[in-house]
Amino acid sequence: MSFQDKLYPAPTNSFLKQEDLDKRPILDVRNLGIDFGGLTAVDSLDLMVGRTEITGLIGPNGAGKTTVFNMLTNVYTPTRGSILVDGVSTAGKKTYQVNKMGIARTFQNIRLFKDLTVLDNVLIGMHNDMGYHLVNSVLRLPSYWKQEREARQKALELLGIFHMQDMAQLQAGSLPYGAQRRLEIVRALASKPKLLLLDEPAAGMNPSETAELMDTIAYIRDTFHIAILLIEHDMNLVMGVCEGIAVLSFGRIIAKGTPDEIRSNPQVIEAYLGKQEG
Amino acid sequence: MSNFFSQLINGLQLGSIYALVALGYSMVYGIILLLNFAHGDIIMIGAYTSWIVMAKMGLPPVAAIFATVIVCTLLGVFIEKVAYTPLRSAPRISLLITAIGISYFLEYGAQLIWGASAQVIPSYYNVAPISIGGVKISFTAILTIAVSVVSMIALALLVQKTKVGKAMRAVSEDTGAAQLMGINVNATISFTFAIGSALAGIGSVLYCCQYAQATPTMGSMLGLKAFVAAVLGGIGSIPGAMVGGFAIGIAECFVSAIGLSVWKDAVVFAILIVVLLVKPAGLLGRQLQEKV
Amino acid sequence: MKERKTIPMAVRYLMNIVLVAAFLTALNLLVVNKTLSTYNAKVLMLVGVNIILAVSLNVATGYLGQLPLGHAGFMAVGAYASAIFTKNFDGRLPDEVNFVLGLVLAAVLAFGVGVLIGIPALRLQGDYLAILTLGFGEIIRITLNNIDNVLGFKLTYGAAGLKNIPKYTSVLNAFVWVAVCCYVIHTMMKSRHGRAILAIRENEIAADSCGIQTTYYKVLGFAVSAAFAGVAGGLYAGYLGVLNPGNFGFMKSIEILVMVVLGGMGSMLGSVLSATVLTVLPEALRSFSEYRMVVYALALVLMMIFKPSGLLGQYDFSLSRLVEKLINGELFQKKSKTEKEGE
Repeated sequence: MSFQDKLYPAPTNSFLKQEDLDKRPILDVRNLGIDFGGLTAVDSLDLMVGRTEITGLIGPNGAGKTTVFNMLTNVYTPTRGSILVDGVSTAGKKTYQVNKMGIARTFQNIRLFKDLTVLDNVLIGMHNDMGYHLVNSVLRLPSYWKQEREARQKALELLGIFHMQDMAQLQAGSLPYGAQRRLEIVRALASKPKLLLLDEPAAGMNPSETAELMDTIAYIRDTFHIAILLIEHDMNLVMGVCEGIAVLSFGRIIAKGTPDEIRSNPQVIEAYLGKQEG
Repeated sequence: MSNFFSQLINGLQLGSIYALVALGYSMVYGIILLLNFAHGDIIMIGAYTSWIVMAKMGLPPVAAIFATVIVCTLLGVFIEKVAYTPLRSAPRISLLITAIGISYFLEYGAQLIWGASAQVIPSYYNVAPISIGGVKISFTAILTIAVSVVSMIALALLVQKTKVGKAMRAVSEDTGAAQLMGINVNATISFTFAIGSALAGIGSVLYCCQYAQATPTMGSMLGLKAFVAAVLGGIGSIPGAMVGGFAIGIAECFVSAIGLSVWKDAVVFAILIVVLLVKPAGLLGRQLQEKV
Repeated sequence: MKERKTIPMAVRYLMNIVLVAAFLTALNLLVVNKTLSTYNAKVLMLVGVNIILAVSLNVATGYLGQLPLGHAGFMAVGAYASAIFTKNFDGRLPDEVNFVLGLVLAAVLAFGVGVLIGIPALRLQGDYLAILTLGFGEIIRITLNNIDNVLGFKLTYGAAGLKNIPKYTSVLNAFVWVAVCCYVIHTMMKSRHGRAILAIRENEIAADSCGIQTTYYKVLGFAVSAAFAGVAGGLYAGYLGVLNPGNFGFMKSIEILVMVVLGGMGSMLGSVLSATVLTVLPEALRSFSEYRMVVYALALVLMMIFKPSGLLGQYDFSLSRLVEKLINGELFQKKSKTEKEGE
């Protein structure tokens, strides 16, 4: 039994990398489930994500992947099960509080602040980083000036890492599609998350953009030392960048493992393609 | 006991008018998600039409009734074509503000043309009150309730059994899909406005049977309260509009009956607030979820 | 590339302060010298009141992205609060102190009512919020009309009218309050709190996921909007000298909304300009007053159809930015389409 198992007995079929086995997982989901009226959308979901792991959540359309994301951020309240973020439960917390706990996300249909500038979008991600009160801003006290200046600097640096600092004053809604997706990721990173949830980040991208995205995701993990959980349909991306993959079908996890294991798993193939004849 | 009964009849009578107007609100909201603030003012124009036809032109009441319903219907469709259609893809706030603008325009326009003071509308008929179980009920009250119920049943049949009704329901559910299925969305929307405005026209006639005068602002409070009725019953729902209308009418009459008539409007708005906070979908309506 | 010259922050503030002070002094001088007739002075006071109303409503509509239709209700709360207070302490306190206290009371009470109404109302979206606030506004009006019966003593005097309110409002103090209102709202918006409010307008779900406590900010924006409406109400009471609940109905809320919409929701300068124009013009066209409302309504509809973003859209004026353009010779350069005016 590993050190990790002693402290956080892992549910059966949980998946963690070797090197993360002695650290607390950043995400510990047990028996998660949600019912919408009579329909059970997700059930018996166990998932663990290591502190610097890149995990993929895949499955056919309608399997419940975005529903899982929505439960992780408490946009939906789970009907049963538990979610621990770095050991702290998210039960009863509002979405903004879950963000403060360390989860940031992007959305399937990009949700940028379209009429605001690129820089403002990032600064909004840094909202909780600055702590000054409304009074400080109305009276323009030194704390306001200092924190705004520092935030602006950090925001521009962050944009610079993604080669977007020249776009800082552009209107977010006017950016090309790929840049908008990147901006959403930058905004999410601005809130200093421990776990980054990416919902179909490669949607609408061509192969070369997808390849660039793969590098970006690996780069984010290596630079910021955070974990990444992504939903994706593009198998090249998933197989190329994920270290662990969980497969969701009809709201349940049917397989977990490394890309190689998943690729050759008959249940996974069946879920996507239907039963093979003969 | 007889007082209770007569208040109940009053409430049902008033509620019938609210229900007819609420139906218009409900149908329009169901189909293009617009709170048609101008709807109540269509009733006002209807009342002035009756007054003009009977008092100014000296024509018989039957002509007035036809004229009122026709004018209201045409007005509703005209407003839709001129003001709302160009804004079909605009943000909801723009549409709402336009509706407010149209309402304003009608009210102050009427004031400009016919003055702010009330114009007396000659009576449509002269029928003695009927006695049921010792309680005197006016013919107007019976007529109002009867006509309203019949109109609503007819509407329900229209929406459920006819092709046009099916088109209305389809456009309400999913405008894009309806268009792809070959439904003429513009015509359907215009038809919805026409029906809603026709019902308002009928409501206007019935209202004038009871309160025989026309003022420029008569439609505004009436429309607002009918809107509360629509929300209470569940906006987008036909039986809901009926239930809501009767409920508001009865509530108002009872508040007046116990001597608090100065507060009756406040009570109606208080009901609105409670409904919106407790069950925004209303008694019979359905909840819309936003996709995350 | 040549480094673009920018103006240091301290200088920017100095410029703005000097400009405002000069404007107020000039205005006061005109009144004191009787260069401005008493009538024109009254119109200017009304302009001041309407500017505050429009700028405050703009916070809830333009910045927060909601459509509250009960703004007149907050104005009424402030008007009556200030009127009753100043009437009571007239002669017992120095006039200026009395008035300032009355207006502060108006702001605080209106803020409180804004919080009370905002917490339930802001759970709803769009149309439903509009109707709910309309309902609350009407309830406030009806309550002010009839509360004396409930209380058993005369507080508001209802429809009979609250009379003999001390007329403390002057052109100078009205515009001082305009400056205060604009300053507070401007500094609020150019801060992380303002960005949070804008984020909620743009995309509430995304704002939530960025760690912004949306309920708090929605109520805050709404209550600040209400507070300044209350101040405007107090100034209005001090200008008119009498109050009647009928002045603060749904129609008044719509009049203020028209100013904000025509000026451009999201633009403080737009609200200032349209409030000024829409106050002065009707006075200048007194003889056409019946047509005024019809023209308003038509203008509203046409504006929505042809230029829904209003005259100035979301443009926010900045003197420093203008001077910077001057220094750098960019004054008449056409701005590229994708560039946005920043701070």
